[in-house]
Amino acid sequence: MKKEIPLLIVFVSGLFMAVQFFVPHSTSEKIYEFVMEWTIIIGIFALALGIWSLIRVSVNRIRRRTPNWQYSIVILAGMFGMVIFGLSFLGGVRSYMFRHFFDYVMIPLHATMFSLLAFFIASAAFRAFRARTALATVLLLSALILMLRFNPYLGPLGDQDAALAAWILNVPNLAAKRAIIIGIGLGIVATALKVILGIERGYMGSD
Amino acid sequence: MNMKPIVWVVAMLLLAAGAWAQEEAVTDTTTMTLPAPPTNLRVFDIPHDHGHGVIVEWTLSPDDGTGKNDVVGYRVYRADSPGGPFELRQTIPMGVDSTSDWGVKESDSPDYYPNNKDFYYKVAAYNDGGETDSDVFGPVQAKGQLFNPGKWPVLVAVVLFTIFMLYFIFRAKRGAELYIRPLAGIEAVDEAIGRATEMGKPILYILGLGTAADIATIASFTILGRVAKKVAEYQTSLIVPCYDPIVMTIAQETVKTGYYNAGRPDAYNEDSVYFLTNQQFAYVGGVNGIMLREHPATNLYLGKFYAESLILAETGAVAGSIQISGTDEVTQIPFFVVACDYTLIGEELYAASAYLGREPVLLGTLKAQDYGKAIVILCIILGTVAAILNWSWFVDLFHVGQ
Repeated sequence: MKKEIPLLIVFVSGLFMAVQFFVPHSTSEKIYEFVMEWTIIIGIFALALGIWSLIRVSVNRIRRRTPNWQYSIVILAGMFGMVIFGLSFLGGVRSYMFRHFFDYVMIPLHATMFSLLAFFIASAAFRAFRARTALATVLLLSALILMLRFNPYLGPLGDQDAALAAWILNVPNLAAKRAIIIGIGLGIVATALKVILGIERGYMGSD
Repeated sequence: MNMKPIVWVVAMLLLAAGAWAQEEAVTDTTTMTLPAPPTNLRVFDIPHDHGHGVIVEWTLSPDDGTGKNDVVGYRVYRADSPGGPFELRQTIPMGVDSTSDWGVKESDSPDYYPNNKDFYYKVAAYNDGGETDSDVFGPVQAKGQLFNPGKWPVLVAVVLFTIFMLYFIFRAKRGAELYIRPLAGIEAVDEAIGRATEMGKPILYILGLGTAADIATIASFTILGRVAKKVAEYQTSLIVPCYDPIVMTIAQETVKTGYYNAGRPDAYNEDSVYFLTNQQFAYVGGVNGIMLREHPATNLYLGKFYAESLILAETGAVAGSIQISGTDEVTQIPFFVVACDYTLIGEELYAASAYLGREPVLLGTLKAQDYGKAIVILCIILGTVAAILNWSWFVDLFHVGQ
């Protein structure tokens, strides 16, 4: 019964979701919204589990003095600090400390991580565009054509390059992309059916 | 010179002129003829919807777009009974002969439109002189439908695909040999785990930013289960930092079961699968820190990824780890291809569980996918021919309505 009941719940829920897609009636929509609200509620409870997991792992690292245990102190200090500064009797999320930590620590850190992407694109492009094989050379030439279309100093040659770049994007690139998307679509339906029929049970922690 | 009398005279003249002009305007409005009413009013339920709206159609007033009695627009009224009182629902500009009067299903909303209730409609053409009503139409009810015929093509495709799948599962169960082409990325998983064991370093498994409802994440759970089993057999360590708390809970259970299936439940470390954060770039920072501090021998990125894909994969490459990735996010696939040693492209991620397990039932579903793709290719070829021959009916067969 430990396996059968979850499988039955998955089968009924999956079947309802599949049927709901074809039924526009407002009752069907209401049930769908009800189910979606429940997923939000479960998500909130799961967040408590997540925070507990982070606290447990960090405290264990500090207690056992594992390598780089000092970072765990930073994690706990950051997490509890923001919670304390966000408490309503200390001013809540509009308090001076909360806003300053959010605006001048958290947002710049996020922006910094995102900005790293520019450097990583450059390093990845350097590795990808080495013309060691015929296919890599095709990739290099395509990339050059696409990048040069933004060059304002090419004059009339620039217009021709832009047309060629548009062709690369709209014909071979889009064809490959659509082929992948069609495969993904079929794969999603197949996996969903496997889950509904109980063939795929990886999400239950079993084979 | 005394200007006072002149100013007085000019002011009086201006006042008189203003009063006269106002009188003229009033006279003009009152003498304006009312427009002819709209005719042939028809009101009917919106087809294939949730049942909270109707379509209102009418024939334009003969004065619409003509001369002095030109119609400015139309007013759509609704009432509970033919005698009224009528409530103004919409004002429509001239030249337009239909509209939809619809609302929401929530009865506490000001936009609520009740279903299965009798309503009466009338439409009035108006100009500056006033408005003229059409005949009252009704009763009419908004009704919800139990099936949206616009989605027939989807239903047919799903049913066909399900039949294919069941057929191949049946065949596989009866012992038929099903060939599937090898996938380098999947075959490299065992090699990558072996490498980690030899180096005595951990394996880092990233489930991505997806939720437990994403198919890519569900597929990743299955692969994680297989990886955990191998890791337990080889007695190496596994690190699974999670972005979503629900995903973390399922991943913990999956890894625990993997260790149990390998006969080593005692080796399972509860702290190996943990929640990091649900902020995208904070998560990236945390995972990058793990890569640079722990130096994992193998990084597996399998699931849903967005802008963080390249930051993670490039950091892993810098750290010298062997990297296997797989995602169904088309825009992120090129980044993984460039930065990782092996990449599972799109559907290969979903197929990975069947490849790893080699169970006939799962292989059967892969075969059904292949046949599904063959049908899609056939339809594309037929569609191209149909478009050349201008057979629009063929294209319409695949049109999915809202």
